[in-house]
Amino acid sequence: MSYNFKQEMNKPERLAPGHRMCAGCGGTITVRAVLRALHEGDKAVIGNATGCLEVSTFMYPYTAYEDSYIHNAFENAGATMSGVETAYNVLKRKGKIDDTYKFITFGGDGGTYDIGLQSLSGAMERNHDFVYVCYDNGAYMNTGIQRSSATPMYADTTTTPVGSQSNGKMQNRKDLASILAAHDIPYVGQSTLLGNFKDLHTKAEKAIYTEGAAFLNVMAPCPRGWRYPTEDIMEICKLGVETCYWPLFEVDHGKWILNYEPKKKLPIEDFLRPQGRFKHLFKKGNEDLLVQFQEEVDRRWEDLLYRCARD
Amino acid sequence: MAIRERLSGNEAISYAIKQVNPDVMPAFPITPSTEIPQYVANYIANGEMDTDFIPVESEHSSMSATVGASAAGARALTATSSCGLALMWEELYVAASNRLPLALCLVNRALSGPININCDHSDSMGARDTGFIQIYAENNQEAYDNFIQAYRISEHKDVRLPIMICQDGFITSHAVENIELLEDDKVKNFVGEYNPENYLLNAKQPMSVGPYAVSNYYMETKMAQNTAMQNAKQVILEVGKEFGEMSGRNYGFFEEYRLEDADYAFVIIGSAAGTSKDAVDKLREQGMKVGLLKLRVFRPFPDIEIAKALSNCKAVAIMDRCEGFRSKGGPLGAEVKAALYDYAKDVTAFNLIYGLGGRDFTVESAEEIFKELAAYVEEGKAFEEYRYVGLRGESYSIARTSKGVTSDVNADRA
Repeated sequence: MSYNFKQEMNKPERLAPGHRMCAGCGGTITVRAVLRALHEGDKAVIGNATGCLEVSTFMYPYTAYEDSYIHNAFENAGATMSGVETAYNVLKRKGKIDDTYKFITFGGDGGTYDIGLQSLSGAMERNHDFVYVCYDNGAYMNTGIQRSSATPMYADTTTTPVGSQSNGKMQNRKDLASILAAHDIPYVGQSTLLGNFKDLHTKAEKAIYTEGAAFLNVMAPCPRGWRYPTEDIMEICKLGVETCYWPLFEVDHGKWILNYEPKKKLPIEDFLRPQGRFKHLFKKGNEDLLVQFQEEVDRRWEDLLYRCARD
Repeated sequence: MAIRERLSGNEAISYAIKQVNPDVMPAFPITPSTEIPQYVANYIANGEMDTDFIPVESEHSSMSATVGASAAGARALTATSSCGLALMWEELYVAASNRLPLALCLVNRALSGPININCDHSDSMGARDTGFIQIYAENNQEAYDNFIQAYRISEHKDVRLPIMICQDGFITSHAVENIELLEDDKVKNFVGEYNPENYLLNAKQPMSVGPYAVSNYYMETKMAQNTAMQNAKQVILEVGKEFGEMSGRNYGFFEEYRLEDADYAFVIIGSAAGTSKDAVDKLREQGMKVGLLKLRVFRPFPDIEIAKALSNCKAVAIMDRCEGFRSKGGPLGAEVKAALYDYAKDVTAFNLIYGLGGRDFTVESAEEIFKELAAYVEEGKAFEEYRYVGLRGESYSIARTSKGVTSDVNADRA
């Protein structure tokens, strides 16, 4: 199926302007991109874990959603949508509704990697027919840039501050897409905000229209938390992919597929240097930290190549 | 014709669920409520009902999914006990503030720790301020009857609040007793179809649920909940009356047992009311004017009605199956005393704790307490208040006579 950027951008917005997310927020761009993948005429219920997105798009008495929307709490977006999707199946079976609905839940990395992981895991294992989209900005941004298990090693956050005795976060980030793939659900995709959005659009459409549980992990930079000039978001995302820090791949019914391999893999410094949260890595004497970071990126990339080659 | 059966409390409420046939039931097992999702899953597996069961991975998720299903427009419910209720705490407030008329079948059990699987009311009493309607049962028949009335109350347009149908763990949930069941069609007609006004899957009018509300709006939502809870009083009475016309079993806020002319009375909740009724009967035979108020509805709290019913008593013992850790008794004691202070100041009231973690409460214990109430009034003897009934070893207490406090165990130690 052909992808026409202009045509897609001319679709009516399902997330109305006027919400209170920051300018250049990767989360909002992700939501709009995913919702564009809904076929016109199909109705949707949008779910949301507590986070920036929730408190900025549904402030009583205003909602930014053209579709039905439910926010419940921080750690239960998966379980909540399980209930909504099940209600849909029952009411449809009993002849009480006859429209076609799709179900899409958004959560940040806090609500997805951490506090909401159990609820997400349960919902995915039960194979409810909905898409869970994680907009991963690598920290608890809503409460003020605290580390999460999605935060990359050495990032400066407010709970892993860089100081005379600290180089930021000490641990590697969790590989959530692999964890979800290990649930053996029909579809897992990893994407980010790139060029004409074809990669994210294609994966979102697949996720929405694949029967059963689907998970999308979308790197969605936060200019405030990552400390780069707001207008550079697309460049930051591109560097994440070109350095193989954030590979584009999907696991379609168990088959691992690499969607993009850079012709020339860029050094990780290119991704880290523009971000204030990694400033300390470029100080004299910290060269070994960059080497370690590169080694971790390489290890994960090789591992991904192996998984994709095996299939 | 009613159907005579012998069922446990869990079987009875599961049978009521089957007859009501709600849309969605997410649940996670916890003793002693585990049998409820088991029975429901079996009914579904055998085509006896067409509810969708969601075997969630925790109680937090069971209430979260119940909230989601209810918001979507389904008639939804879950079941739990004790720590399961504690785990879904946050969600109880969410359900109530979203004005979702879902049902929760609670089988009362002590909270950890130490881990204890037996009955007390600390779980539901801890959730008394969440915004749920709370209705308690003395036995399997009442648990069954209460569930059949549940959605009529919770879904009423003037109410729209979640409802907790409580029964005592093991004592009621597992003991098999005689019961009269209603015919399926009678139940169906009584409960009716659920046709929500606003719901997520309403194609004509999309809806957003669960907003962020700043200070300008939050307080109004609480008052709206409070108004709904007040409205629930009238609805509970109407539904109880209508149920009585159908079944021959009438329900109000509480049952008054030989209370009309009683000098001394208990205020008590749940299965121990049955034990206490035996004590009342025995003492009545001996010429003592004793009676009992068995509270059925704890939320909304029928304070004026309770005070009025107790207003002719000389002394009452308020029996709490829950500790409040305020060194002055439990939640039922606090609320009934507040009601008496406002509306029946002359009634002397004592608060006692009994039955924690399933500790046996006997007819003899109940008789003893009635006699102590009489000795306090008629002989001026001190009454040891706040003590634990049936405790091994010394119980913290304050002895009161009509002249005031005569001894405080802690004060003596000091």
